Amino acid sequence: MKVIDGNEAAVSAAYRLNEVCCIYPITPSSPMAELADEWSAAGRRNVWGSVPAVVEMQSEGGAAGALHGALQSGALTTTFTASQGLLLMIPNMYKIAGELTPATFHVAARALAAQGLSIFGDHSDVMAVRSTGFALLASSSPQEAHDLAAVAQAASLATRVPFVHFFDGFRTSHELNEVSLLSDEDLRCLVSADLVREHRSRALSPDRPFIRGTAQNPDVYFQGRETVNPFYARVPEAVQAAMDSLGSRAGRRYRLASYHGHPEAERVIVVMGSGAVTAAETAAYLAGRGERVGVVQVRLYRPFPVPAFLAALPSTARRVAVLDRTKEPGSPGEPLFLDVVAALADGVSAGSREAMPLVTGGRYGLGSKEFTPGMVAGIFAELAAERPRPRFTIGINDDVSGLSLPYDPSLDIEPPGTVRAVFYGLGSDGTVGANKNSIKIIGASGRHAQGYFVYDSRKSGSETVSHLRFGPSPVKAPYLIGRGQAGFVGVHQEKLIWRPEVLGRAAPGAAVLLNTARRPGEVWASLPRPAQAAIVDKKLSLWAVDATGIARAAGLGGRVNTVLQTCFFAVSGVLPREAAIAAIKDSIAKTYGRRGPDVVARNNAAVDAALAGLHEVPVPDQVTSALEVPPPVPDDAPEFVRTVTAAMLAGRGDELPVSALPPDGTYPSGTTRYEKRNISDLVAAWDPDLCIQCGNCSFVCPHSVIRSTFYPAGLLAGAPEGFASAPLDARGLPDTRFTLQVYGEDCTGCGLCVEACPVPAPADPSRKAINLEPASPRKTRRDVAFFETLPAVDRARVDFGTVRGTQFLQPLFEFSGACAGCGETPYLKLLSQLFGDRLMVANATGCSSIYGGNLPTTPWARSAAGQGPAWSNSLFEDNAEFGLGFRLAADQHLRLARERLAELRPVAGEDLADAILRAPQRRESEYAAQRARVAALKERLLALPEPPASVRDLLSVADHLVRRSVWIVGGDGWAYDIGSGGLDHVLASGRDVNVLVLDTEVYSNTGGQASKATPLGAVAKFAAAGKRVPKKDLALQAIAYGNVYVARVAMGADPQQTLRALREAEAYDGPSLVIAYSHCIAHGIEKDGVTLRNGMDQQYRAVASGYWPLMRYDPLLRSAGENPFLLDSPRPRIPLAEYMQAELRFRVLARTDPAAAERLAGLAREEVAQRWATYEEMAARGAERFPAAAPASPATLASPATPASPAAPASPAKGSN
Amino acid sequence: MDLRTRYLGLTLRSPLVASAGPLTSTVGGIARLAAAGAGAVVLPSLFEEQLRAEAERDAGLAEAYADSHGEALTYLPDPGAEPWPHRYLGLISRAVAETDIPVIASLNGVSAGGWTDYAAAIEQAGASAIELNIYYLPGDPLIPARDAERRYTDILTTVKAVVSVPVAVKLSPYFSSPGEMAVVLDHAGADGLVMFNRFLQTDIDPETFTVSAGFRLSAPAEAALPRAWISRVRGLVRCSLAASTGVETAADVAAYLLAGADVVMTTSALLRHGPEHARALLDGLREWMERKGFTALGEVRGLLARSAGGGPAYGRAGYLSAIEQATHAYAGR
Repeated sequence: MKVIDGNEAAVSAAYRLNEVCCIYPITPSSPMAELADEWSAAGRRNVWGSVPAVVEMQSEGGAAGALHGALQSGALTTTFTASQGLLLMIPNMYKIAGELTPATFHVAARALAAQGLSIFGDHSDVMAVRSTGFALLASSSPQEAHDLAAVAQAASLATRVPFVHFFDGFRTSHELNEVSLLSDEDLRCLVSADLVREHRSRALSPDRPFIRGTAQNPDVYFQGRETVNPFYARVPEAVQAAMDSLGSRAGRRYRLASYHGHPEAERVIVVMGSGAVTAAETAAYLAGRGERVGVVQVRLYRPFPVPAFLAALPSTARRVAVLDRTKEPGSPGEPLFLDVVAALADGVSAGSREAMPLVTGGRYGLGSKEFTPGMVAGIFAELAAERPRPRFTIGINDDVSGLSLPYDPSLDIEPPGTVRAVFYGLGSDGTVGANKNSIKIIGASGRHAQGYFVYDSRKSGSETVSHLRFGPSPVKAPYLIGRGQAGFVGVHQEKLIWRPEVLGRAAPGAAVLLNTARRPGEVWASLPRPAQAAIVDKKLSLWAVDATGIARAAGLGGRVNTVLQTCFFAVSGVLPREAAIAAIKDSIAKTYGRRGPDVVARNNAAVDAALAGLHEVPVPDQVTSALEVPPPVPDDAPEFVRTVTAAMLAGRGDELPVSALPPDGTYPSGTTRYEKRNISDLVAAWDPDLCIQCGNCSFVCPHSVIRSTFYPAGLLAGAPEGFASAPLDARGLPDTRFTLQVYGEDCTGCGLCVEACPVPAPADPSRKAINLEPASPRKTRRDVAFFETLPAVDRARVDFGTVRGTQFLQPLFEFSGACAGCGETPYLKLLSQLFGDRLMVANATGCSSIYGGNLPTTPWARSAAGQGPAWSNSLFEDNAEFGLGFRLAADQHLRLARERLAELRPVAGEDLADAILRAPQRRESEYAAQRARVAALKERLLALPEPPASVRDLLSVADHLVRRSVWIVGGDGWAYDIGSGGLDHVLASGRDVNVLVLDTEVYSNTGGQASKATPLGAVAKFAAAGKRVPKKDLALQAIAYGNVYVARVAMGADPQQTLRALREAEAYDGPSLVIAYSHCIAHGIEKDGVTLRNGMDQQYRAVASGYWPLMRYDPLLRSAGENPFLLDSPRPRIPLAEYMQAELRFRVLARTDPAAAERLAGLAREEVAQRWATYEEMAARGAERFPAAAPASPATLASPATPASPAAPASPAKGSN
Repeated sequence: MDLRTRYLGLTLRSPLVASAGPLTSTVGGIARLAAAGAGAVVLPSLFEEQLRAEAERDAGLAEAYADSHGEALTYLPDPGAEPWPHRYLGLISRAVAETDIPVIASLNGVSAGGWTDYAAAIEQAGASAIELNIYYLPGDPLIPARDAERRYTDILTTVKAVVSVPVAVKLSPYFSSPGEMAVVLDHAGADGLVMFNRFLQTDIDPETFTVSAGFRLSAPAEAALPRAWISRVRGLVRCSLAASTGVETAADVAAYLLAGADVVMTTSALLRHGPEHARALLDGLREWMERKGFTALGEVRGLLARSAGGGPAYGRAGYLSAIEQATHAYAGR
């Protein structure tokens, strides 16, 4: 028995049974592909003695294509995917199945993006492929994910029908549970080598040529399609045979459709996946209390095994509820329901079944919504009703369609003796890691264990909840530990006890362990009223330890995991104390041994100090606290934020009824401002006396927490005491004050500002004009409130051309949940400052779509005037096309507006109409003027008593008369890989779109997998042995078109060049591409122990070493007869090694494979030198050696109704106001 | 002309040894040094402390944001972080495979386990000898002199106990009695003494208030100190003597050999002029030996050592003479 998660369980079998793995990262399946890649890099062999080849493709579509080819060439081939990834494989799936090619895909089943994206589990993806001809086999637990992975492979080879083997994303893929692994010998017995050889014998081969993949005409296509029927007919039998064979070797017996419950059940639930475990356990519990209920668990879903299903369903069943974990809007029922109805009808009409039971269909668990015993009981109760609802949902409150069933959430069916513990911690404090470790320790002691972890949707300051169960029997509870059920509650950060849900999970009499720096006598008084009430009411015992202090004293920094793990064992008594401590120390030696004796010693010291520092807090018999929990958002927030957003923030989102949610996925902009997270103890603090008002700190701030303004000194009259200001350092503005306000409650303490500050204190080199200092939320709130009363700087008075100037532009992207010190967000913030009020952003899926659009709160904001970026995310692969669509619509509507306005000149006023139609729109002052004219126009038109249709038409598109700025934003995974074809096409379109590539050189959001942007020699996931080929030069590719504006920027190296490039790109009336170096957590960089703090320094090194040459390619220069290629950075002046050695991604290889590291480093040096030489040569060429720039945007040319439009300034960056 | 010499029991084809530095940190650099005639190379020191700190830092970096977000439970592949010198051992084995001159590894440990484990691994990787770079900065500046000295012998005997390759000790000149220290180490089993370690003091920048680790290439004037001590120790110890510091020209090499060094180590000159400078130094030495009528290195070595009667300049008389010269030179200024 091993405690592993479902992903590892599945890939353990899949890897050993295949020769080729074609992979691409997608949550929650990525860990399967990562493990396969790691094992292959480490030379692990499959059961037939070869090391599987693992190849990452540019998309799931590409993976399916490569897989199809490998299969056709005779290799046993697999892939791992989920959700949209599976959808991208559909075209090939039809081919693979149509050609009767054995293969097994392993799918961590996940929701599909509809009204919003969801990374969580349901069956929407697998249901979308049920017509491809793939067999579908469902696993319900990590153990099944292992076993049925092998069964699927065996049955596929035996029948030639390809399989999708799936299990519930997160719930199974990420659940830690005990798994008994099949040995290589078991697998060889199950999957016969003869069948493997037969598969090879069917492969394409020039030695026995044939053609497969013909085009067929009406005469034969239909018949050809019917040839496969016998193969499908054999599938159920073959799957059962493989299950039986596994059963006889391993003792675990499976059926195509299993029945659990009362032998003469009248009410039966039919269900697939992990929900079947919950349903079966609940049915057994209810049957034990005399209820005639049962559950049919469907494992083989396609081909639907009608006889096996009918055999499994007791003949006594009168009422059947079929549960689907998917939604098919408009259908008479979801797929499994329809199949069950059809099977029953078949059975009745064929006489194998006496009567048709009443069959109802319900949806549950979409997007990882919990599915609990209470819900199962609720469904059984409904089936007992006189007239059960024919269609229903369970687990939500549907007050719109009235479909949801009531249920008792408190039903608890778990066997006594199960220890249930929940732990609230932060991602950064090691709580999850420690709990994974505790599960292993307890599992090794002979007790059964299960672990499941709930993560935050934000990256910085993220909170985690761990749900652990230990028991005398195997834990079959694929659902969270519910309210009032936990016997132990670990509160690993003091502030979390202010969340009512935390102690809400505690069972009566439970033990609560609180990490607090307060002295024993002060703990009780420090608790908020609701926490005290929960402790008193439920008679909880309260334990306290200063884990943070102990960890710090032991030299472990903020990692409180070891201390709190020790206290958990000491308090919970789940193992005898001495044995537990010995096991922890043993595990410390194993876990930390390779980091050296110092780390082991420090952790061991922390264990001992933990026991010494743990104490029980005396609990009075009544509540004494007057501390109330503040509302999650301020009272003056908009209503939607106060009701809906606030509920999500308070952890009560599950309670929101259907009616509370927007039906089309539309949410208000800029809601992060209402959520003051206070995630860092140290925040930026301004020193007005030292500050030179350069703007560098606010320029680099990833979370837009540093704001500047200037204002007449007289306004300070009402300022709160201690409000900081300084005389404005500018000529011509006497009596003007400057304030740099830090939004401390939103600061993540990343320190980028301190690093960017050029001013050290004269007598104290450790201080700058901005420093990290202990947070004081109360003062911050007061100062910010006053700051916000100060007038915003008039944009027309700001020098857009300088970094110093931009600090006065309001960011319309603020307080995102990106990592502290993120390298991407400063660029987005700048974009929002420069063009925010007319900005449209098409955002590819990835980090930027998650921190940019993940609920509950989102960072894209609006100005005081009500304007701001319009932001949307379509998919991962189509973002360039999506953004082009924005442009097409804008151009079309602009043309329409101009035409209507020209027609309506007399109505609108000739002067105004002409002014609008002739207005230049390149400079900020021009935009302001045009906006005022359009406002006047609308006012005039709206005042018309009975406006004709043409006026109403004009009104509907008049806003387009202010030029829109369309930006297509995404990461390198999108731009270099999955979206590369679309990006290329959009750049070739000649349209006025701007592309910003936030290049972190890996798939950051899914955990650092290599992309074609990953540099030579870097180690990344899917490139565990080091990337062997250089990064693609996307800039040169785009330059080849001649009419694309291209820039490569790195704000940490040259902020002024970044600013200039973004402005030139925006102003250029054609396609623009800006590739922005974005330092990332996946690079492995730190300074003074703070991750990413040196991000901007690293950007400098990247440029100074020649690795990232700054350049611009401006087609307007070519038009003017000049060389359009501008090399903006000086010759390399530090060795490449100085850049590379500062990043773990490059250092890793030197540890694991020094020879390869040295060789690749040499190649990298050559590559950098060669590229530099190419660039230098290009920068020195004559203009005639570049393609004559194509004409500007076709939209501009193709507007016959356009009156003479002003020529774009030759150099739009020069002067702006 | 026979330039062969014996060092640490090894026969070297020439007395010029490239000591620890950037050139000896890559296989390519070592190959160039060998091609230019170096008799042996000393690799840069393996610093146990640095290794440990790196392993810990890298493990921390790989852990950053781990288990924080459902889409990415980690962001980097497991670095396999452990304080084990894969890279260093790889350098040894590849250098040994690709050159035919002895490769001497240099070790700077902090813990007893570090010294012995790494020494054994270095031997295993194929190093011909180990130089112990006992660069010891006590946390307590008031540590008794005897304790500081004992540390050297303790480390030497501990390492000698676990390896069979020869072991040299690189000394600092800052003992009360460096000569006695040399004799003590010789008795304790050192196969060679390297004189001296350059104690790299810190720099202070009064403009920026920063303290930095100072680093300067050595200059010929600095050779006087090691040369004086080598000439005095020569004959008092059984083990080999290596001269280090201040070699720029062939004359500097010759002077060290005359003082009694078995080998002459240089890094600064090779960094200043490139690894091929080794050939120039050796050619110059050969030319000098021819000019002076020597045919083998053995005739030169130690010719002017104190024990060989190197003249009154080494004694107290030399001191007085130096003062007189100085007085004469600068009097009246």
